[in-house]
Amino acid sequence: MSETDTTDTRAAIEGENPEEIADIDPEEDSDVERAAREIPPGRPLRVDDLRMEFGGLTAVDGAGFAIEEGSLTGLIGPNGAGKSTTFDCITGVHRPTGGSVKLHNEEITGLQPHEIAARGLVRTFQITRELQEMTVLENMLLAPRGQQGEALWRAVLPGVRRSVQAQERELRERAWETLEFFEIDHLAEEYAGNLSGGQRKLLEMARALLTDPEVVLLDEPLAGVNPTLERKLLERIDELREQGYTFLLVEHDMDVIMENCERVIVMHQGRVLADDAPAAIRENEQVIDAYLGANV
Amino acid sequence: MDTVTECGCGQRGGPMSSATERVAARLPDNDAVLILGVLFGLYVGFTVLGMALGLDIAGLASTLQRITFFAAVYALLALALNLQWGYAGLLNIGVAGFMAVGVYTMAMLTAPASPAAGGVPGLGLPLWVGVVGGMVAAALVGALAALPALRLKADYLAIVTLGLSEIIRLTYNSTTFQTFSIAGADLGTGASQGIQTPTNPVMALYYTTPSSPAAGTTGLGEAVFGFFGTLGLDEPVVVDWTYTIVLVIFVGLFYLLLTRVGNSPFGRVLKAIREDELVASSLGKNTNRFKIKTFMLGCALMGLGGILWQGSQELVNPALFLPIITFYVFIALIIGGSGSNTGSVIGGALFAGLLFEGPTFVRRLVQQTVDLGGAPNTFTDAIAALGSLDVGPLLAYALADVSSLRFVLVGVVLVYLVQNRPDGLLGHRKETAAAVSLARERTAAGQTDGGATEANDE
Repeated sequence: MSETDTTDTRAAIEGENPEEIADIDPEEDSDVERAAREIPPGRPLRVDDLRMEFGGLTAVDGAGFAIEEGSLTGLIGPNGAGKSTTFDCITGVHRPTGGSVKLHNEEITGLQPHEIAARGLVRTFQITRELQEMTVLENMLLAPRGQQGEALWRAVLPGVRRSVQAQERELRERAWETLEFFEIDHLAEEYAGNLSGGQRKLLEMARALLTDPEVVLLDEPLAGVNPTLERKLLERIDELREQGYTFLLVEHDMDVIMENCERVIVMHQGRVLADDAPAAIRENEQVIDAYLGANV
Repeated sequence: MDTVTECGCGQRGGPMSSATERVAARLPDNDAVLILGVLFGLYVGFTVLGMALGLDIAGLASTLQRITFFAAVYALLALALNLQWGYAGLLNIGVAGFMAVGVYTMAMLTAPASPAAGGVPGLGLPLWVGVVGGMVAAALVGALAALPALRLKADYLAIVTLGLSEIIRLTYNSTTFQTFSIAGADLGTGASQGIQTPTNPVMALYYTTPSSPAAGTTGLGEAVFGFFGTLGLDEPVVVDWTYTIVLVIFVGLFYLLLTRVGNSPFGRVLKAIREDELVASSLGKNTNRFKIKTFMLGCALMGLGGILWQGSQELVNPALFLPIITFYVFIALIIGGSGSNTGSVIGGALFAGLLFEGPTFVRRLVQQTVDLGGAPNTFTDAIAALGSLDVGPLLAYALADVSSLRFVLVGVVLVYLVQNRPDGLLGHRKETAAAVSLARERTAAGQTDGGATEANDE
């Protein structure tokens, strides 16, 4: 693949940080480390030459990028640039028609959404998809991976059930703590359907984090969120990054992107137009033509 | 914490629904009390009806037994359906078919290898093998239906199951399989004549030879029949009641099992699948596996429900498994409120009492107290009399065919419920899907609110 990888997108990535990309590949023993829940340093998520065609329409046309651990990377672009489709391809909602997606060097291209989530890559949705008829706590407790009680026989058999209950108590504590962290613990027993738009955004992020993910894809988490909540969410993201979580953020609010992300990927017509620090993006002629226009 | 919960319920509907929520809040907390209350209400109602009809004690006992029997079988089936539809949102309109698979498999496995004249040969296996085999077969047929349909949307599963249910019934009806042999063993379905089912095992409690009561009674039989004989209850009533109690015990077991399934991480995933499958899979849940497991468990329980109901009737034939049975089970579940196990049981009881048995009794009572004259032969004749303000012929016409009247009644109830009580008679119930109470445990510092303990723990 390396010979053919002379596209601009790839060049853009390599030009950015060639040495870091080079030292990802030799990490063959990362499985063991991951099992110990230690995230190997480097680039947890890497997308190469991603393509998604719907019939005659090419939504993603050879997009490629890699994001760094503990980073907050912005993904921007005009409507129809292929951002959400890229998200859908990464998370398995769509099976890409070409290219590859790697999570810590492990190929996850074309896996089912649940298989990808189980490997530590979770997403939130552009339009919040909280489970309305379930309480906030039930929503939260759905998330953790490796729940014993998800096996039918363990849920039912009297003796085994006790260890399920013990795990439930543990998870309950974690759920409460996470809700506290997002300052929505007072809504814990409320139905998720009764929450306001901003609270739903918080819940969705809290729920995603409870899966104990390595990479979190946030699809417009700030749309329709009031400025106070927005600041709160961004503060949360910052705190979480310090704990080692990696975020990829789709957002239309340029100020948010420019002020908070250390790197910005600009997509246009299914391709990566630029992949650089915010300041450089601001100056990029192509980006200004395609997207920013008079905004900057 | 409590105030938040109550607010939550109140906000869900308009002022009307918050009023009903308040009434519901005053109802006994204990679901067992609720179920027993409904059953008691039915008993009182039918005792009054029976006395008005002039039934003696044996007649009353037999009436209440019939009510309890149907309440129990509909509760069993509604509980099984609630797992699939109420929890996981899997629309299975083939309940009757899965019942048929359970009963027929049980009958074919247990029928004697060399039957009496006119009987259908079977494998002659013990009853428990037949029951387990029936449940397994129903689960496997369920998997067969679910595997292709799960890739599609819910509506397609519904159509597949409805079609499958009819295919199953027509297969059992077909003369091709009346008798056939596999690997040297003769067996058959009996086609439209049906197949005999094993002697009800409760007979063995009372009779030395269960298949022929005339041969003599056991010691227990002697004592029990003697005791109830003095009350005026004859042997068949006692035997029928005994089996009905067995059914009630099974309702309890189904309830316990399904409540455990519901109040567990497994049940939580099912609820999430019902709400939004993509969310569940985006959180790492293999939703197809959950759906298939749930569908198979539900079908196995429907098979067992079928065995307990039709399998106890000495002879089964394909006409017992018409799709109308499925719709009755759906009505029972809708009455009680899908998503709630308590609702399923109450719905089963109310359906059996008020909609299934009730009309028959009302007809008998009306016919006994009011002389409506002969029922007109056609609907036109019945309507024509209205011209002279005589409602008698219409009433007589309606009562003459009680099963048609039942259809009308079921339809009216359904329309009313869907419009006014979409969550069932019990209203919306907050049943948390977790193996423990989710209220926060008090820490030593005691900085948080409330004080709930492990109420859900067992």
